[in-house]
Amino acid sequence: MSAAKNINITLKIWRQKNANAKGSMETYKLDNVSTASSFLEMLDQLNEQLINEKKEPVAFDHDCREGICGMCSLYINGRAHGPDSGITTCQLHMRMFKDGDTIYIEPWRSKAFPVVKDLVVDRSAFDRIQQAGGFVSVNTSGNTIDANSIPIPKDDADKAFMAAACIGCGACVATCKNGSAMLFVGAKVSQYALLPQGKVEATQRVLNMVRQMDEEGFGNCTNTGACEIECPKGISLENIARMNREYLKASLK
Amino acid sequence: MAKSALLKSSIVKKYWMALTGLFLCLFLAGHLAGNLQLLVPNNALNFNQYALFMTTNPAVKLLSYLTYISILFHAIDGIMLTIQNKKARPVSYAKTNPAANSSLASRNMAVLGTLILVFIATHMVNFWAKMHFDKNMPLMTKEIEVQGNKQKFYVGTQTGQYYPVEQVALVGEKQNPETMMVKQFVIKNGTELYYSQADVKTADLYKDLYKLTLDFFKDPKLGLVFTIFYVFSMLVLAFHLWHGFQSAFQSLGVNSSKLTPLIKFVGKAFSIVVPLLFAIIPIFLHFKK
Ligand code: HEM
Ligand code: SF4
Ligand code: FES
Repeated sequence: MSAAKNINITLKIWRQKNANAKGSMETYKLDNVSTASSFLEMLDQLNEQLINEKKEPVAFDHDCREGICGMCSLYINGRAHGPDSGITTCQLHMRMFKDGDTIYIEPWRSKAFPVVKDLVVDRSAFDRIQQAGGFVSVNTSGNTIDANSIPIPKDDADKAFMAAACIGCGACVATCKNGSAMLFVGAKVSQYALLPQGKVEATQRVLNMVRQMDEEGFGNCTNTGACEIECPKGISLENIARMNREYLKASLK
Repeated sequence: MAKSALLKSSIVKKYWMALTGLFLCLFLAGHLAGNLQLLVPNNALNFNQYALFMTTNPAVKLLSYLTYISILFHAIDGIMLTIQNKKARPVSYAKTNPAANSSLASRNMAVLGTLILVFIATHMVNFWAKMHFDKNMPLMTKEIEVQGNKQKFYVGTQTGQYYPVEQVALVGEKQNPETMMVKQFVIKNGTELYYSQADVKTADLYKDLYKLTLDFFKDPKLGLVFTIFYVFSMLVLAFHLWHGFQSAFQSLGVNSSKLTPLIKFVGKAFSIVVPLLFAIIPIFLHFKK
């Protein structure tokens, strides 16, 4: 690997005081950014500079910074989680950029994800979809059966596990030209639909989750496939097809 | 099914898009099979026979109503979906890079569809409406040599029915019984041949859709424009199907590692072959001697 070097960049960042304020793109110059730093560390560096200049730092979401919590977001140079693939923004590194680059940073844009401040959006619409059906009801009074005592075909278990890898980051919504949440909901429906524990409530689950999804104002999937490509967890379009099958089955019941 | 979900639910709207879209693909295949007869030399009679069958057979009529409904429903549903999708992103991005993750066709289904709708409307005015409603629709004639002279005959729908054109009065033509020149036949209701003296129907004549089509694309002033517009519309259709064919299966929940590669292959082949064959016909007719 080539040694780290320092680059100078120009940033164009969406600034918005609060949910009701009118925002705009602002331009910042940032010098001496190490290509070994992560994208979020670069933003930390910018915020330090802003604080030193007695300016308001840029608000952005982050938590684990290791690609597993789904908290970080950011639409970078026209792509959700930036130019690399299979990663969240916290896993994006500055070595993906060159000296003199201009980098656009915008919040997820969706009616269902209103901007809270700057680059922070409210993704609680996803929580409400989950609450509408993304669970299995189990008796937790102390006599819970070990999940592994139910035999499950390996193929189903693998597919359910792959669907469950969704971290709810919302990149699928952000990148979809229709602001559709179907990859997320497809994954959440699939992770249960494939398992015997999930079959019991399958009918109500898919109907309720899709109804909630529509009520939140997400758009309709047109199968462009953009979500699948930008999803940091490689969630496949097969999950949307499975949701469509589940919904058909549930509707005909 | 919850009644309100029939149209309201995002996924049900997609089922309807897919079902009507795939039905229209079947329609295209059938329509193409009919049109290809225009490429066969000296095929006016067969083509006009086929056109008569397609406009009168009850089963075909039923299918045609299904087709009209499908086009309307597909267009309305598609436009409704597109408006909803626009509303789902009220503030757009300052910088986008759509080519990084999706195909041009998949992102422009509504524009492509609207262009197809414009084409369908003009196509129906130019051919369908004339065939169905135009009282001045040309009737089929055939030149036959009689005793060394070429003579023009109207062609009846029963085999062997030929009526010399000069013996048939034009619609509204004044017959003068004083002279000996009274023509033997008159045409009523567009295609019915009557004895002019006895008011008895003797034959049904063919509408000449073949000639109408040929004249349309050979029109000295606008034939080339019509041909280019037709070919352009088929290009638009090709793009619509390039994405749409396989997309419909995904909408209906058909996606598996076994089937999907096959569906995608068939979809791509269909989206190239069908519009291409459609497009060859007007080019052929326009340049036909
Ligand atoms: C012969 C004519 C047509 C055929 C064969 C056809 C076929 C198809 C097919 C197979 C799909 C995919 C459905 C899916 O993804 O589930 C589709 C989608 C679409 N069509 Fe058409 N179509 C035709 C005409 C039209 C017209 C006239 C419009 C008018 C606006 C239109 C607008 C759309 C739109 C907007 C979509 C995308 C819908 C979505 O994915 O949500 N199409 N079409
Ligand atoms: S499906 Fe992928 S892109 Fe969408 S929320 Fe889940 S992890 Fe994020
Ligand atoms: S901060 Fe947790 S995934 Fe990026």
